[in-house]
Amino acid sequence: MPGLGTSFGRGGATTAQQDLANSDAILIMGSSMAEAHPVGFQWVVEARERGATVIHADPRFSRTSAMADLWVPLRAGSDIVFLGAMINYVLDNGREFRDYVVPYTNAATILRDDLKDTEDLDGLFSGWDPEKKAYSPETWDYRGSPSKKGKAAGHHEATGGHSKDRGGEADELSVFERDPTLEHPRCVFQVLRRHFSRYTPEMVEKLCGVPREKFLEVAEKFTAASGPEKTAAICYAVGWTQHSVGVQIIRTASILQLLLGNIGRPGGGILALRGHASIQGSTDIPTLYDILPGYLPMPTFGEDSKSLAAFVQKHRSRTGWWANFDKYLVSLLKAYYDDAATPDNEFGFSWLPRTTGDHSHLGYWLDMADGKLEGLFVFGQNPAVGAPNAGFERKAMAKLQWLVVREMVETETAAFWREIDVPPEEIDTEVFLFPAAGHAEKNGTFTNTQRLLQWREKAVDPPGDARSETWFIYHLGRRLKERAARERRPRNAGLNALWWDYRTEGRHQEPDVEQILQEINGWTVADRELVSGFADLKADGSTACGCWIYSGVFPELGNNRANGREPAGPYGHGWGFAWPADRRILYNRASARPDGKPWSERKKLVWWDAEKEEWTGHDTPDFAKKKRPDYKPKKKAEGDDALSGTDPFLMHPDGVGWIWVPSGLKDGPLPTHYEPLESPVENALYPRQQSNPAADRKERPGNAYGSAVDDGRFPHVLTTYRLTEHHTAGGMSRPLSHLAELAPELFCEISPELAREIRIRHGDWVIISTARASVEARALVTERIRPLDLAGRRVEQVALPYHFGPIGLVTGDVVNDLVAISEEPNVRIMEAKAMTCRVERSGGTARSDGGGA
Amino acid sequence: MSVTGFFTDSTLCIGCKACEVACKEWNQIPDDGFLWSGLSYDNTIELSASTWRHVQFLERSLPVAGARRRESAAWEFHSDVCKHCENAGCLEACPTGSIVRTEFGGVYIQPDVCNGCGYCVVSCPFGVPDRNPSDGRVFKCTFCYDRQRGGLEPACAKACPTGSIAFGPLETLHDRALRRLEELGEQGIRDASIYDASEGSVGGIHAFSLVRGDPRAYNLPPAPEIPTVHLKTAWRSAAAGALFLLAACAAAFAGTRR
Repeated sequence: MPGLGTSFGRGGATTAQQDLANSDAILIMGSSMAEAHPVGFQWVVEARERGATVIHADPRFSRTSAMADLWVPLRAGSDIVFLGAMINYVLDNGREFRDYVVPYTNAATILRDDLKDTEDLDGLFSGWDPEKKAYSPETWDYRGSPSKKGKAAGHHEATGGHSKDRGGEADELSVFERDPTLEHPRCVFQVLRRHFSRYTPEMVEKLCGVPREKFLEVAEKFTAASGPEKTAAICYAVGWTQHSVGVQIIRTASILQLLLGNIGRPGGGILALRGHASIQGSTDIPTLYDILPGYLPMPTFGEDSKSLAAFVQKHRSRTGWWANFDKYLVSLLKAYYDDAATPDNEFGFSWLPRTTGDHSHLGYWLDMADGKLEGLFVFGQNPAVGAPNAGFERKAMAKLQWLVVREMVETETAAFWREIDVPPEEIDTEVFLFPAAGHAEKNGTFTNTQRLLQWREKAVDPPGDARSETWFIYHLGRRLKERAARERRPRNAGLNALWWDYRTEGRHQEPDVEQILQEINGWTVADRELVSGFADLKADGSTACGCWIYSGVFPELGNNRANGREPAGPYGHGWGFAWPADRRILYNRASARPDGKPWSERKKLVWWDAEKEEWTGHDTPDFAKKKRPDYKPKKKAEGDDALSGTDPFLMHPDGVGWIWVPSGLKDGPLPTHYEPLESPVENALYPRQQSNPAADRKERPGNAYGSAVDDGRFPHVLTTYRLTEHHTAGGMSRPLSHLAELAPELFCEISPELAREIRIRHGDWVIISTARASVEARALVTERIRPLDLAGRRVEQVALPYHFGPIGLVTGDVVNDLVAISEEPNVRIMEAKAMTCRVERSGGTARSDGGGA
Repeated sequence: MSVTGFFTDSTLCIGCKACEVACKEWNQIPDDGFLWSGLSYDNTIELSASTWRHVQFLERSLPVAGARRRESAAWEFHSDVCKHCENAGCLEACPTGSIVRTEFGGVYIQPDVCNGCGYCVVSCPFGVPDRNPSDGRVFKCTFCYDRQRGGLEPACAKACPTGSIAFGPLETLHDRALRRLEELGEQGIRDASIYDASEGSVGGIHAFSLVRGDPRAYNLPPAPEIPTVHLKTAWRSAAAGALFLLAACAAAFAGTRR
C-alpha cells in the first residue's frame, strides 16, 4: 500500500476492475487473477476480446496464463529486475510520454547534491546507518526544500508504513527547483535513468530467466499500448506484496506507469487486487496497528505523546490535500469521544493509545512466543494455517492464557492445542470459540479491491448463538465501559469518555449498522445532521467523522449510497460508493492535457468545460471542480489552493506523481533489486548487497533460514499460491463439500525435468523442505511449470497452494509452515512468495512435522 | 414457451468451476467423494449422478520459449453438461415415462417416476445419465427446469463470470455461435468449431459448444447416434433370422417324414 501511497498519494487501487475492459494492454504480474479473482477477470477477458494484449508474468502457467496472449515465466523474486528493465527500455528508446511526464510527475524536480545512488554505493543509498540497519532519509529530499520546524520526520521504530506519511511530512516539499527539459544531471529523470541503466535485457535473462527476445516482446507490446491514444494497465496481488522488497516492486510498476502516462486515465492504472472481500476496507478502517481510520497515523509513544498541536504540526503538510489533516483528526476524535472531547483537553488526543514498537501480526506473535502476551482475539483469520511459519505460530499460542476465536467453524487456530507437539494438559491457554455469523447473516458493507463500498442486507438470521462481529464488539465494549465506570482510574479515562450509544435492534440486540455507517460518514456535533462529504469537516470540534475518506457515503438520512443499486454511465455511478467522493478512477485530472482538453477522443474521461467553467466527464473529477487548468497559486496559498490547475496528484504537497519518493519509504527513494532472503543465485546487479538491507529477518530458533545464496540443501525456488477452489487458509472452503471435492488434496506442481531428476512419477508423494519445516504433498508433474535457464544455470521452481490444514472434509499439511517470519521494512510483511527448498521422494507414510532440515 | 439452450464457448472459459458449484448448490447435489485424481485440476472427472456440470481441463504440451500469440492452446477448459438432444436416446429408451421433454425443449428425468432400470444410461451417446449408487435412480442436468419455470436462467449460466456459458432462446444462440466463430477467425484462430451434433440421428443438441481442436479431446463423439436409429435394421435382421429358423425347422420336419 505505501507503494501506491507514496507514488500517487493514496493507498488504493488507482482504477476499477470494470475499467480494465478499456485497456489496450494488461500486464498481470504477482497475481493469478483468473484463479483468485475470477469474477473481476471477466473484464480482462473482455479487453482481450476487444483486441488488448494480455500478458501474464508468473513462475507458473496458471488459469490466468491460459487466457493470456503471452505467458512469461520468470524466477520468483526477480520482479524488480524485470520491471526495472522495462523502465530502462522506455528511457533508452525515448518511449516516455513526455507531455504527461513533465507536468504531472516529479521527473523534472532537482535533487540534492549530496544524494548518493545505489550506483555510487554498491547497492545502498546515502543515509544508511549500518548500526541501526536503517536509513536516515534527509539526502533524499528535493533540493531547496526547507526543513520543517520541530522534530525531523523519519523512521521511528514504532511507525509502520501504512499511514499517509509514514512518520511525518519530511520537509516543505512544496518548495523545489525544476528543469522541464529533463536534462539537469540531478533531476529525477536523469537520476532514474542512471539508476536503472544496468537493468538490461541481458540482466533479465541472467536473473529472471526470461529470454531477451521474450522480454523485448513484452516491453515493446506494453509501451506500444501507451500514449495519448492508448493506455495499459497493471494488475498485481500478494504475489508482489509478500516479498522482502514487496513495496518496492509496486513502486517499480508505479514509476513505469507514470513514465508511460497511464495513471488517471481510462484503461490505465494499477489495480491492487486485494486478498478477499474487504481487505481494502480493513486498511481504510484499519485492523492495522500503525494507523487510525482514513490513513491517519497512530501516534507513537514518547515523541508523539506531547500534544495534539505537535502531532498536527508533524503530520500536516502546508500544501496539498493533507493540509486538512487536523480537520480529519479532530473529527475522528469527536466521533470517538463526542462531548467529552473539547478544545481544552485537545479533543481527547491523550486518550489515544500509542504504539511502542512492532505491534504487527508478526511482531505480536514473536512477543507471544516469548510469553509477553496474555490474551488474543482472533476474528476472521486462521493464523494456524494462514500465517508465515505457521508451526511456530501454533506453538506460540500455547503461551497465551486465553484465546478468543470467533468463527463459523472450529478452525485450526481454535484447535491449535490439538495440532502441536505439546500434550494438552501442559497447555494453559483457555480457548473461547464463539460462533460467528456469516456474511449473509448480517448487514454491513464490503469495501472491495477498487475502493467500492457495497452494502449487503441480511438474508437470514444467524443460527443458534452465532452473532455478528459488530454485536460482539459492541457488547464487549458496553460491558467494559460499565466496568470502567465503576473504576474511575486514569487509565480508564479514555474508555469512560468513549461515545458508545449505538442503537440496537431485534431480539439479539444487534447494533444498527446503518447508524455506524452514518457515524463513519460524519455529522455535525450540535444537531447530528449528516455531513455531505469531507469538505464539510472542521478542525474546531463542530463535526464528527469516523473515517474521512468514506465521508459522503451517507450524505443525508435515507440515502445510504453504499446501497445504491442503479448503475448508470460507463463507470457504474449509482452502484455502491467508491471512496473518495465516488471517484472511480483516481487522479483523473491526468486524463486531460494540461490545458484541460482530453489527450485523445478515444481516451477521454474528465475534461474542462470552458463554457460552464468546471471539470466534467464520465467520472467524478478527482480535482477541485472549479479550479481552472491555468490556475496558478499565490505564494502564501495553503492546501489545495497551493496546487496549480495542472497538479493531478492532489494528496502530494507538490501535486505531482512521485517517480522519486523523497519521504516515506524505509528502504530507498527508488526501487532497487535485492534478492529474496533465500535465493539460489547471487545478486548480479549489486554483488555487495545480496538482500534488502532494511528487511528484518527475525532469525531465531524455530525461525531459521537457509543460506542467503545457493544453499546446497535447498537448491530449488519455492513459491506459494491460491487455487480458485479454496479460500485462503481454508476455513471457509475445506468444510464445504462442494468446494472441498474440487481440490481435495495438497499437491505440489513440479516440472517433468525435476521429476526425472528426483525419480518421482506424477501422483507420487513428495516431501518439500525448507530450513523451517517439511510438508508432504502429491506430485503434480506438469509442463505448466518450467525450469529456468539463468544464463546457463538451470533453476527449478516449485509451487504449492497453501489452503490445507488438519481440519475439515479435506486435509493436508500446512504449507505456511515452510515460510519464514520475516519483515519487509515498510509494512512488515513476510516473504512467502520466494524462498528456497528441497524436494524429495516420500517414503509414503506419515507427514513430518516442524523442526527443520 | 420458447425452446431454450446453452451455448458453451470454451475460448471464454477460465476453468473457475463456478458453474459446477452453482449447479450443486442450487440442486442440492451431494459431493463425488474427496479423491485427488491427478488429472490436471479436474477432480470430479466426469458428468455423473452427482455432477451435472463438469469442467474439463486439457493440458497440452507448452511451447517453452518464444511462444506465439494465444498461448491458451496450452490449457483448455470446457464446461460440459447434458446436451438435451433434439432426439434424445435416453427419452426414447425410458420404459416408465419418467423422462419427458419440457416446454423449454429440455430433457427432464422425473425422479419420482424413475424406477432405476438404467436403460437410458446405455442409450445416451454422450454418457450423461448416471445411476445414483445409493438408490439406483438416474440423475442428470434438469436444465434447471424449476428456475426456468420461475423465469430465471439456469444456475450455471447465472454464475459464469466470463460469459462462457450463454443461455437463451436456442435460435439466437446459434446465430451468436456463428458470429463468435467469425470473430475468432478474425483473431487468427482457425482451429475452432461448433459442436452441435446436427448431423446424424441426434438431430442437434440444445446444449452445444464451441471448442478448439478435435472435439474428441473433450469427450465429444464425432458422430453420435441414438440407439433407436438401428431399430429398423435390428427388427429386419431379427425378422429375417426368425424366418430363416422357421424355414429350417419346416425343412427339418419335412425331412423326417420321409
